[in-house]
Amino acid sequence: MLEIKNLHARLKDGREILKGIDLTVNAGEVHAIMGPNGSGKSTLAGVLAGRDGYEITEGSVTYQGKDLLDLSADERAREGVFLAFQYPVEIPGVNNMYFLRAALNAVRRQRGEPELDAGQFLKAVRAKLKLLDIGEDLLQRAVNVGFSGGEKKRNEIFQMAMLEPKLAILDETDSGLDIDALRVVAHGVNNMRSPERAAVMITHYQRLLDYVEPDVVHVLSHGRIVRSGDKSLAAELECKGYAFLDDVA
Amino acid sequence: MTTDTLDVRSLANQAYKYGFVTDIEADEAPPGLDESTVAFISAKKGEPEWLLEWRLKAFRAWLKMTPPDWAKLKIAPIDYQASTYYSAPKKKDGPKSLDEVDPELLATYEKLGIPLGERARLAGIAVDAVFDSVSVATTFRAQLAELGIIFCSFGEAVREHPDLVRQYLGSVVPQGDNFFAALNSAVFSDGSFAYIPPGVHCPMELSTYFRINAANSGQFERTLLIADKGARVSYLEGCTAPQRDENQLHAAVVELVALEDANIKYSTVQNWYPGDAEGRGGIYNFVTKRGACRGANSKISWTQVETGSAITWKYPSCILEGDNSIGEFYSVAITNNLQQADTGTKMIHLGRNTSSTIISKGISAGRGQNTYRGLVKIMPKAQGARNYTQCDSLLIGDKCGAHTVPYIEVRNPSARVEHEATTSKISEDQMFYCLQRGLTSEDALSLIVNGFCKEVLKELPMEFAVEAQKLLAVSLEGSVG
Repeated sequence: MLEIKNLHARLKDGREILKGIDLTVNAGEVHAIMGPNGSGKSTLAGVLAGRDGYEITEGSVTYQGKDLLDLSADERAREGVFLAFQYPVEIPGVNNMYFLRAALNAVRRQRGEPELDAGQFLKAVRAKLKLLDIGEDLLQRAVNVGFSGGEKKRNEIFQMAMLEPKLAILDETDSGLDIDALRVVAHGVNNMRSPERAAVMITHYQRLLDYVEPDVVHVLSHGRIVRSGDKSLAAELECKGYAFLDDVA
Repeated sequence: MTTDTLDVRSLANQAYKYGFVTDIEADEAPPGLDESTVAFISAKKGEPEWLLEWRLKAFRAWLKMTPPDWAKLKIAPIDYQASTYYSAPKKKDGPKSLDEVDPELLATYEKLGIPLGERARLAGIAVDAVFDSVSVATTFRAQLAELGIIFCSFGEAVREHPDLVRQYLGSVVPQGDNFFAALNSAVFSDGSFAYIPPGVHCPMELSTYFRINAANSGQFERTLLIADKGARVSYLEGCTAPQRDENQLHAAVVELVALEDANIKYSTVQNWYPGDAEGRGGIYNFVTKRGACRGANSKISWTQVETGSAITWKYPSCILEGDNSIGEFYSVAITNNLQQADTGTKMIHLGRNTSSTIISKGISAGRGQNTYRGLVKIMPKAQGARNYTQCDSLLIGDKCGAHTVPYIEVRNPSARVEHEATTSKISEDQMFYCLQRGLTSEDALSLIVNGFCKEVLKELPMEFAVEAQKLLAVSLEGSVG
């Protein structure tokens, strides 16, 4: 599904953040990427989703046989790459439902599926809301405007569930959530698990991994993956903290 | 866009052919402007003596005036003697078929979803309307007449309802009000007239008829709209597709009068030719629009979406004379490429407990310059007057400009005046968020801009709002890389 080889990326100011990432995610797998602040986790998410402001200096990213870095951000999205934002963005005056329908129809067009009319869309929305146990109240508000932190994250997961991406990247979606919101997020990710899909969960804490069991856990430090293992690695980190990484690195 | 609307729009051509202008079709005034030109126009239109005098008074006032220079606009000098002030429609000068029309213009029509036949009409090709338009007109007119509503061309009103015209013409915008209004008063060609009798709520949006007249009345349009006691009317002006137009200078005047308890809603979507990306060509839209809330508890609400024209100079205003009267101004103005807009409103509070609301959304892209200029004036007798003003500017790119110039004059200590202004750039985060959900950059921009304008767009009648949204998207094309 996703193959990252020797990926180097730097900011516009020249600071190198990713210093040779190698990562292979197969269809059906859930990977967790952990690491301390400043290790490059969010940069990795941004680079994969095609955010502006990074320069790829070396390496390659192959997604479903295509050169991912060759695609624009919106093309990647329509090809099934979804990023759940660490800080979901407010869009004043734009109805959440309207936004989601525009997004869904853009993705559906790409897949060669017919666009949904308002009635069909509403039906699909209701089904997902029920599945995820999310209230309808978020729908009629402007995108993320005035949402609490928890509401924003639920909205991200709801969008993900509606758009049914092939590769979901969750950028610290669990941070700042109470236990109920965390369960919603976990539930959303678990619902998405299937042999055709994959997820990369970027997280600072082990907490989310109690609810979503990862197939592989990676530890990112100073722009490199320094350790990979099964979920026991997460438990070890939780116990020892990130300080020991300095010895490894 | 409903079929009904299209039917009636196509009627535009028909009405022209068979309407009052037929008899002067071959005539044209020689270029230049003096008293004889004014007299020529008045004679051609078969106007009464008093109206000729009225025009001449305007002309004499105009001679002593100079174009306003206080707006933040760069305007190349206009040679008023080089223009022709009266000419029959130039049907035969236009392109013969769609093949001869600028392909970019056609592409725009296609994006707006305008049917082929309609595209031809908008592009200035003489097309024979296929609809039985005369009967459509009769049906509407009969329906309105039953209620005592008068709705006709200005010229017709002068002939059929001279007393009403004489009573109200110039009563809101006097001949010598400003340079462009004076010019209009001297040489206005035609326009619309509406009168809603006491207590009557006009059962339909008066859009359809206006479109008929708008297609004909050309450069110097004159509109007069009167809502008598307790009357209500909603009026839509404009065409949501760019009109091919040879006239560079448009100087229209619109006067609204609301008597006691009357309610007028006036909506405009303006999309005249903005000029090309290098700023060549394009319409100068210098318009004077003003409404008088004469009676107590009356209300006038202006909503405008200005996306076209090379230069826009326009301040739809309200004079709040009646106690408890209400004035509203909702505006979206877009400038892209080299377009310039200096637009806003004046709210003049004279009566007690008068209130006004101003919501202005300016969007600048390319090298566009967008100025909000507004005056809120509370006169000594306007006890308890209130105003709320909100001016938001959105910048797209780093070569455009947004300016806010509010004037506030308060002469009554009980007044409450609030002004809020924001300027923001379209954020990269917002764009990326939309892109990451699969929207193209053009769709993303359109979505964000429409959201920004929502408070204004929701004031538009439904069918208009949808067209306006599409129009915003088309107007901003090419403004993101």
